[in-house]
Order: sequence, then structure tokens, then C-alpha cells
Amino acid sequence: AARMFLRLLSDIQWRAANPKWRGITSSRRSTSTTAEPHPVSLPAQAQVVICGGGITGTSVAYHLSKMGWKDIVLLEQGRLAAGTTRFCAGIVSTARPMSIELKMAHYSNKLYEQLEQETGVPTGYTKTGSISLAQTQDRLISLKRIASSLNVMGIPCEIITPKEAVQLHPLINIHDLVGAMYVPEDALVTSANVSLALATAASRNGVQIHERTSVSHVTVQKGRVTGVETDRGRIQCQYFVNCAGQWAYELGHSGEEPVHIPLHACEHFYLLTHPLAEPLSSSLPTVVDPDGRIYVRNWQGGILSGGFEKNPKPLFTEGRNQLEIQNLQEDWDHFAPLLSALLRRMPGLEALQIMQLVNCPESFTPDMRCIMGESPTAQGYFVLAGMNSAGISYGGGAGKYLAEWMVNGYPSDNVWPLDLKRFGTLQSSRTFLRHRVMEVMPLMYDLKVPRWDFQTGRQLRTSPLYDRLDAQGARWMEKHGFERVKYFVPPGKDLLDLDHSKTFYKPDWFDIVGAEVKCCKEAVCVIDMSSFTKFEISSTGDQALESLQYLFSNDLDVPVGHVVHTGMLNEKGGYENDCSIARLSKRSFFMISPTDQQVHCWAWLKNRLPDDSNLTLEDVTWKYTALNLIGPRAVDVLSELSYAPMTAEHFPSLFCKEMSVGYANGIRVMSITHTGEPGFVLYIPIEYALHVYNEVMNMGQKYGIRNAGYYALRSLRIEKFFAFWGQDLDAFTTPMECGREFQVKLEKGMDFVGQEALLEQKQNGVYKRFTMFILEDHDTDMDLWPWWGEPIFRNGRYVGKTTSSAYSYTLERHVCLGFVHNFDEKTGEELVVTTDFINQGEYEIDIAGQRFQAKAKLYPFSSLFTQRRRKDEVELSGYQRE
Amino acid sequence: FYLTPPQVNSILKANEYSFKVPEFDGKNVSSVLGFDSNQLPANAPIEDRRSAATCLQTRGMLLGVFDGHAGCACAQAVSERLFYYIAVSLLPHETLLEIENAVESGRALLPILQWHKHPNDYFSKEASKLYFNSLRTYWQELIDLNSGETTDVREALINAFKRLDNDISLEAQVGDPNSFLNYLVLRVAFSGATACVAHVDGVDLHVANTGDSRAMLGVQEEDGSWSAVNLSYDHNAQNEHEVERVKMEHPKSEEKSLVKQDRLLGLLMPFRAFGDVKFKWSIELQKRVVESGPDQLNDNEYTKFIPPNYYTPPYLTAEPEVIHHRLRPQDKFLVLATDGLWETMHRQDVARIVGEYLTGVHHQQPIAVGGYKVTLGQMHGLLTERRARISSVFEDQNAATHLIRHAVGNNEFGTVDHERLSKMLSLPEELARMYRDDITIIVVQFNSHVIGAY
Repeated sequence: AARMFLRLLSDIQWRAANPKWRGITSSRRSTSTTAEPHPVSLPAQAQVVICGGGITGTSVAYHLSKMGWKDIVLLEQGRLAAGTTRFCAGIVSTARPMSIELKMAHYSNKLYEQLEQETGVPTGYTKTGSISLAQTQDRLISLKRIASSLNVMGIPCEIITPKEAVQLHPLINIHDLVGAMYVPEDALVTSANVSLALATAASRNGVQIHERTSVSHVTVQKGRVTGVETDRGRIQCQYFVNCAGQWAYELGHSGEEPVHIPLHACEHFYLLTHPLAEPLSSSLPTVVDPDGRIYVRNWQGGILSGGFEKNPKPLFTEGRNQLEIQNLQEDWDHFAPLLSALLRRMPGLEALQIMQLVNCPESFTPDMRCIMGESPTAQGYFVLAGMNSAGISYGGGAGKYLAEWMVNGYPSDNVWPLDLKRFGTLQSSRTFLRHRVMEVMPLMYDLKVPRWDFQTGRQLRTSPLYDRLDAQGARWMEKHGFERVKYFVPPGKDLLDLDHSKTFYKPDWFDIVGAEVKCCKEAVCVIDMSSFTKFEISSTGDQALESLQYLFSNDLDVPVGHVVHTGMLNEKGGYENDCSIARLSKRSFFMISPTDQQVHCWAWLKNRLPDDSNLTLEDVTWKYTALNLIGPRAVDVLSELSYAPMTAEHFPSLFCKEMSVGYANGIRVMSITHTGEPGFVLYIPIEYALHVYNEVMNMGQKYGIRNAGYYALRSLRIEKFFAFWGQDLDAFTTPMECGREFQVKLEKGMDFVGQEALLEQKQNGVYKRFTMFILEDHDTDMDLWPWWGEPIFRNGRYVGKTTSSAYSYTLERHVCLGFVHNFDEKTGEELVVTTDFINQGEYEIDIAGQRFQAKAKLYPFSSLFTQRRRKDEVELSGYQRE
Repeated sequence: FYLTPPQVNSILKANEYSFKVPEFDGKNVSSVLGFDSNQLPANAPIEDRRSAATCLQTRGMLLGVFDGHAGCACAQAVSERLFYYIAVSLLPHETLLEIENAVESGRALLPILQWHKHPNDYFSKEASKLYFNSLRTYWQELIDLNSGETTDVREALINAFKRLDNDISLEAQVGDPNSFLNYLVLRVAFSGATACVAHVDGVDLHVANTGDSRAMLGVQEEDGSWSAVNLSYDHNAQNEHEVERVKMEHPKSEEKSLVKQDRLLGLLMPFRAFGDVKFKWSIELQKRVVESGPDQLNDNEYTKFIPPNYYTPPYLTAEPEVIHHRLRPQDKFLVLATDGLWETMHRQDVARIVGEYLTGVHHQQPIAVGGYKVTLGQMHGLLTERRARISSVFEDQNAATHLIRHAVGNNEFGTVDHERLSKMLSLPEELARMYRDDITIIVVQFNSHVIGAY
């Protein structure tokens, strides 16, 4: 049966292929791996070498060649589309929660639809539609959220009743359903043939394809890719693309300079059956029952059904060669719960005869998102892998983005959530990956509520205060491997356990965080912010200043001791990073960036700083513990501990000074809090951390000090309209678009990266505008809470999406932050967004299909925050300046 | 009166304990995978005890069951103390010195044992100082003796058993100014306990036995069936060698009175035991200690009673018989149990029941559809049935519990009869002892992969 199945999937018109496509016609009749003579030897050099002939590799080759790059070699260790691509279920599904993933899947769908016509290779593309079922109200809410974002993208999608579902698919048992989502344009393909069609087109465009050629390692010199060593010789190249799927990790580690690609394979099972007595129509929609953990599609008159079980079986942890993929066993006992779920969903299938249980390993990543982009350590080394079992859905779009990235220097959309550089070496431990993917695979179908956290692979990076804070009731979340406090559960108070606290409504920590926020407003709180990325840049002469002036948009030639908020922009003026830089001395700077910038920012600076031994860049993240003292009494606590006056006259806002706190000397104190509230951040050499923390807590007692967490911080910064990089800001957002022109010094006497783009925007206006929304008719207790990604409507028309949201305990309202665009009513073309455009609209925010009125604001409510003692302490007085 | 299955389970599982040797990422380098243990009382309070610990300064793991008689005091003391004596006997000279120096200078001691205890397995707080001093005297003597030779496990076990019994005896003779402790040491000495202790270090398994508890190895034959190998000899009247030994140690004139009604001096079932000074001390010593002892002791008829035909004490020893076994890949598990189990079950049945329990899941051949015509419904039925079979085995998460369930509930066909189980477990306290004895079981599971690699 297995052999027959292989034949079914690979039944394809080979002779149509371009003669440049080597090695295929000679080997197609044999499934053995005995060496056959290769008719054509490998070229000695090429511009690009792609490793991997699955859906991702062929898609990258296809798109690169379409964009005009011709000198491309694609190497496949076995045969084209013979790995996971051959075995995968072939479902093209656009119902994805994340916007960038949704766009990739949508593009893939459009691409595959016309691929047969373009290439002449039959792809089996059938527009069947898909139905996602909800067994619970919470599941239905999550489907409605997806439906909202599909609709504003122009992808047809509707929420339907169980009865309507059964009309679309007569086999569904609907007794336990509360609703469903129907996406009529979702499709089915024969995945191997899609890959072969892409290869055929690429081949016609000049891409050379060599099968049975293994890459042993990639050579890198002076931080640049120089070539590829294969079992058939060496190819010199400028670009290498690792599309090796589940072998990408191994391949990344095979070179002298390892490229860390954190992914790990898990076994994945699906069932194939013989046709029904009355064969199923090939246009019958695919059914996804996430609560039952299964999917079911029609296949050759019968069905193909698999799922994501609770107890996945990770494999290849030690790394194996590809041959073993064919020897994986069927495991019926393991599949039993999924089979039960299938028969429960479609009881009519009882009499259907089994053809085969296929065991097809898939690779998963630590955060359930695929991995693309350029290595931070080897220029020209690109990666596209870790598709989390959605290789067909994402393959087309992901290949396009990666090709754009290589050809243009950056993709046409923000792909930071998928960027290889969101990971570092810390995520590439085999043990970590093995444990994490065992959590990730079931998560594919788990209900994901706002602010869920991974539970495995935790407590990797911690502050020296971890145990102290934990003992005081800290609840933790993780960012880039670092444990950060969400909030502190007061003694004697119990919160719900993890499973029961899942909600789309008001969470159980509402009052706890409220109390922390109140304390920040009225007294003083301590938040451990050690996770932030910290770099030091120094030089013997003026090199540091000159380089930073070029790389950052604000003026850094400020007096020593000043702190500057500035963006690190790309050529288009977009934020590659948003940071605070303190000038420690004439020639040295201390730079604070978001936690997940550790790899990206390092690579960005390394690649752009002049190669000068007198200029040093050092990552000092691990050297300092950061305590954020927020609140009007922070000044009192600190002056008592240091016997130094801390008032605004002596220690103005945005100032940095090394001083003593308690017994400890050399503490970097900065008058910023990342929230707009008065206070200080203390950067403490780690060996003093416990001492300083204890002193602060002891001294703070009489001022009502307490611990606080990131949830309080988030509420504070969002009600103050503070944008955070990675959440609100990305490489496609300029300072002009988020009201931060005051953080840009356009005339600082020298050019800087992004200057031209900003000047142009200043002249011509912006096409989107960061806006704050106050929900008006939203009942905090009874209504669904916003999260992020909610569509924004202006005068009933879609204008953009939210990027973050929080409940403001001061306004007693929900605040959403997001971008407003101005799409032309007829053409959909983007028009300039003016202040008037923002101010003259009636706004609504769509939360899971329900619209709430919202008031738009371009500046924070300064008048509401009267708690402040002195106006000049306000950190971002720039907002009022405009 | 009838117990529901959940009630039965809560009784059976009240004392169960499991320990898995910690592994790193699915890899366990120890020859022991872990152990399950459990106790079912018949006496109130139960007179059996159990212990398990990992030696921290030497390699190896210690496991033991202790069956008390005439009260639980002696079994309790032995369960707390014996492993320390064994561990100390195994320590190299330098470590002993290091420990002694630490005590001398008031520094923190190197931990010697890591205990694996059920919450009900308690240690006496009051006696710890006394016990510690006796132990320290022992290691000081070992330091002075410094033989320079590497420690032989067999010898260490024998020395530890004998030394502890000697200390129990001495402590009772010397007494203690604290009246509670004074009474405690006397109760320990006048009650008795058997001990069956295993020491596992790599492929070397030593079993030291004193009395009528038993150690049994479960061996899986090539055809998958199970057989039992005894790793201890019972010290009782059924053991000819043991009867022979006792007779050799006393004058011919006592030959007839030594063993009567299958009991030592017509009184004691086990022929070797800890404590039981009534069978070890001279009559004069017994009288002196009882008279100078606390009133509770003086008023106790049992302690004042001198065994008949008591001419040439001691009649009883705590010296163990030690059996060494080199573990093989087919040796899958070891059962240590007090006589309460062996009275009701044959060792062959024990081997089979535990063996099938431990391999329950793996024993089923994986299903392959192959070329057969199977429908989804048929497959679903088949898988459900397989899971039901597995879950009946896995009603117990603990091999020792599973064994107790069979020992108490087995009907004539060798399967568990719930009605019988319910009856046996709902017997009133005073009747329970008539139908069954205390049962204590430890099932140690071996790691065939590691053993095979030796």
C-alpha cells in the first residue's frame, strides 16, 4: 500500500520538464537509493545555492528566478519533493491568527491556483473551502477573531451555525457544536506536485536543479558565505539558502561557524482510507475540529484525516540521516484518540476501509512560527524552514518574502515575527527544543487566549532576584528565554490554575494589577527589568559618536550624562530598533533596547559599524540587573539611600549618573521609567543586585513601596500612548508615522540612515498614523477584551488594525493603540493620512465580530494625570510640544 | 457491608510509594529504573517497616523490608538505623575521616544517604541523638581499625547487621537518663524484627537476609514467560540447614527442646532476628535490666517471662546470610517482601503477575494493517479493547499495590475477585490478623539496557 501511495502522489508529467532539470528522468522508476551516474556535473560557481527540494526550496527558487536572478543552483539530497513535502496532507488553509501568516497563506493560495496553467504541471488544486468547528463558546470566539481579520483582508469568510455546517458537509455530526467558521476559498493540492510545478517553472527560468546531491557544509569567510561543499564537489556562491526542512538544524550546525536554526521534528500521523461506497466528492470542504484535535479532507473518494495529539513523539533529537524517514512505523495505539475523535465527528465513516496510517515527521519551532531570514553571523546565509506542519499553506508566500529579502534587502512586509534573528544560541539546545516542541505541537489546536505563555523550556535566563521575587508571589512570563514578572499575587490570595484561567474576558488578575498600577501612581513600585538588551559602545576617539550619529536618527552629541530616546532606522526610515542611549562619557555610550533585540540589533550594528579596532561594541546584558522604580516617591527612596539630592534641579529627567545606592557604588541611575511616570531605572552590577534590592525595599517601606510586574507597566505605558518596538513599532513604521518627529534630528549636521525617507515624509505626509483609541461603550466586566490585531473601522470602513491594548485603571476604560490608514474608497490605494483625517472620523474597534465605539486621539491625556507633582518631571514632554 | 471499588482502591493505595531514578532527557544510566513499594496492615498498628535510600558517598542503592514481632519498636529502629550502618561500613577510610573531622569541628556533615520515604515512614526525632552517637562510635572504631583493604560488600553487610544488633542490646543494658528514651531502647531490645535488605550497585546485587522475609528475582525467559529465582533463604523451621545450624550451636542435651512446633524454643517463628534479647541475654542480665527498668516494663508479663529450656544463650543471632548475584539483561525486577505475601502467594505467581504488570503495554504487538481489510469501526473497536486491557493492568500505578491486590483478592482461578477483596479489606481490626498478616512489598525494576551494556 505504501508503494502505491507514493506512486499516486508522484504521478506527474515528467517529460514536460526542461532538459536542464537533471537527474530526474533517469531515476524516477527506482525508489532505491543506489548511486546512479549523474549526467551533468555541478557548476563550479553560482550566485545562489539553495539546499532542499521541498516546497520551501522550490518556492524560493521559483520566486528568485521570477525576480530576475538566474544564476541559481538547487540541490536536493534525495529526490525533489521527497521529504515532508511528499507526505504532507496538502491542505491550503488561510485561517491563521497572525496577520503575516495570513498574508503568506493567502498569497500561496492565489499562487497555487494558477500554477497548473502557468507550468502545465497538474497540481491537483481544488477550491473546496474549509470548515473550522467550535465545540465551545471560547473556541467560537477565537474563530470569530480570525474571521474578522480574514474579512478585512478581503478573504471571504463567515461564521455559520452547526446546521449550516452540515449542509456544507453531510458527514459532520453537529450535536456537540456551538458554531463554525467557513472559508470558501481554502483549497486542496497534491503537495508534491505543487513543489514539482514550482521547480519546473524555476527550471525554465534558468535555475539548475540537481538531485541526489548532499550539502555537507557551507563555508564562510570574514562573515560572508563563500561556497558550499557537497558530496559531488564544491560550488562557490555568494548566497546560500537553507531550506533543508527538519534537517535545517543539523545543516546549520555543520559549518565551522554554526548558524542556529531552532527547530525539531515530531512524528505526525494521518490516516488514508479507500473510497466510500459512494465516493466523496473532491469538492467537499476540509473539516478542522480543533477541540477534537483532528482535520479531515476528502482524498480519492475516501478521506485523509490526521491531527495534533496531546502527547507528541519528538524524534531525530540526536540527528539522523534522511533514510530513516522512510522507515517510520505506523503507531495505531498512538493514533487511537484521534481515531475516536474522527468517528465521533463523522460516525458514518465506521464502515470505511483503511488504506494506511502514514507517519510523516514535521518540524516545529519554539514559538510555533516559521523561521526565515539571514543569519546574524554569516552574511548571505539565508534560511527558510520550520513550517510547523503548514509548509504548503505558507510555502508560496514565505518563498516570495525570502526572495524579496535577498533581492531587495528586505521583504515587502514586516516579517519580524518570523525572522531568524528573533532567536539566538539560547534557543538551540537540543534538550530545550525537544521539550518545547512537545508543547508546541499540541498547541496547534489548543485554544489560545490573550497572554498565554509557554510552559516548557522555562527558567533559562533569570535575574539574580528571581528567587526573592518568586517567594513574594511573582507569576512569570518569558521573553527571549528571560523570566519576567507578570504581577505579584498577594499572600493569602489564590488565582485560578492555568487551565481555568483561560479567558477572552476579564482576567482573574484584574484587581491585582490594578493595585500595582495605583501604587505606581501614588507611591512607588519596583519592577525588575533586567531582561532588556544592553550594549556599550566606546572608542578611543570620536568613532563611537560619529558611527552612532550615522546609525541613529536623534542627535547623540549631547552633554555627558544625558539620555536620548532614538530610533535605529533603516533606509526607508522604519524602526529596526527603538532604544534609549545614555552618553556615559565623551567616547562611550550605553544603549538599552527591547529584550528580543539582542541578536538583531547586534547583527545590525556589527554589519554597519566601521571595521576599526579602536571602536568596541560589547553586549553587557548579563552584567546588569535593572530595577525600575516607578512612582512619585521613587525620588525620596533614592535620595535617602544615596544621601544625594534627586530632585529635578539636581537630577533632571532623561539624565544618567553613576552613584552609590546603599553600600553599593557604581550604580547607573537613569531618570527614565519606560512608562511616562516619574521615577528611575537603576542599572546594577549583578553582584550588588540583591543588596540594592533589599535596601530599596527596606527604605521604601515607609513610602509604601511594593513589587510590580510587566502587566502594570503595560497598562501604564499604553494609557500614556507609549509605543513599544516589536509590538507597535516595526521596520515599516517611521517616527513620523507614530508622532515621534521630536525624536528625530533632521538637521544634525551629518547624514544618518533613513534621513532621506523621513525628509520626504515630512514634506509629503504619512500614509498611516499611530493612534490611540479609548473604547467608549465597552463593559470591562461583561464584554470581550481587546488583545491586539483587532480591525479598526472609521466611518464604517476598515482603516487598520490595533497593535496593542490595555485596560487603563486611570481612565477606567480600555485603550487600544493601532495604525490608521486612508484607503481610497474606489481604488483601495493608500492616501496621505492627515491630523484632520484622524480627528474627523467616527471609530469602531472590532473584537471578535462585535464593534465597539472608540474615541481616537493623537496625543495622550495630559490633563487626566494630575498626580504628578511637577510638570517638568514628565519624561516625554515632547508630546505636548507639538 | 460492602466496599465499592474506589473504597478498595483507597485502602490499597494508602501506603503506596514510587520512586523513579532521575533521568536526564529520557536517559537513565543507573541499573535501577526505580521501585514501587506498598504496605497493607493487618496488625494495628502495623508491625512491618520498609526503607529505601541511595548511598551518596558510595555508589549503590539500598532497599529493605522489616517484619516486626512483639511490637513494632525493633522494626522501626532497624528501618531507621540499618542503612546508616551499612553505608558507614562501605565508606572508604578517607571519607570516614572526613566525616569524623566534620563532626569534631562542628561543620556540616557530608550527607550519607538520600532517603526515598512515604510520608507515613517516620523517623524517631527523640532517639536521633542517641542513635547518632552509637553510629559515630562505630565509625570511630572503623577508623581505628583501618584495615586498608577495599570494602567488600558482603562483609560490610554482615558487619552492619551484627553491629546494629549489638548496639541495640548495649543501649538497652546501659539505659538512658531520659525516661522516654530509656523506655524506648528497652522496647526496641525486647521486641524483634527480621530484615531483608538488597544493595544494588551496577550489575552487582547483594541480598542480606535475617529471618523469614524473602527476596526474589523476576527473570524473563527467551519465550517471554516469567520465572522466579530465590535470592534469600528463609530462616525458620522449614529450612533444614537453619535447624541444623541452631542444633550445632547448642549442646546435644537441648536438641529436643530447641525447636518445638516449628518454633525456636517453641516460641519464635524466625530463627534469626534483630532485638529479641529474651533469646540472647543470660537470665541474670534479663532479670537485672527488667527490675531496674521502668514500671511499664516491670509490669509487662511478656518481658518478665523467661523462655523454657533456656540454658545456653544466645539462641538467636542477627547475622545475615548474604547472596551475591550478577545481574543479567533477563533479570527484570526484584521483589522484597515480608512473609505476609509469601504465605498467600507462590513465588512463581509473583514473578508472573509483576512481570506481566511491568511489561503490560509493551507486551502487545503493535498493530499493522498490512494488506488486510479493516474498517475504521473495527480498528476503533480493536484499539479501545487494547486500551481497556492496558488500563485494567494500570488500575494500579504501582507494582507493589498490584501484587497486594492479587495476594488479598485472588480467587481459586488466580484472578482478582472484587467481592473477596472487599471482604478481606473490611474485616474488623481484631479479626484481620486471623486471616492475613501485615504485607510489605518493594518491587525494584532493573534497567536492562544499562545492565546489557556492562
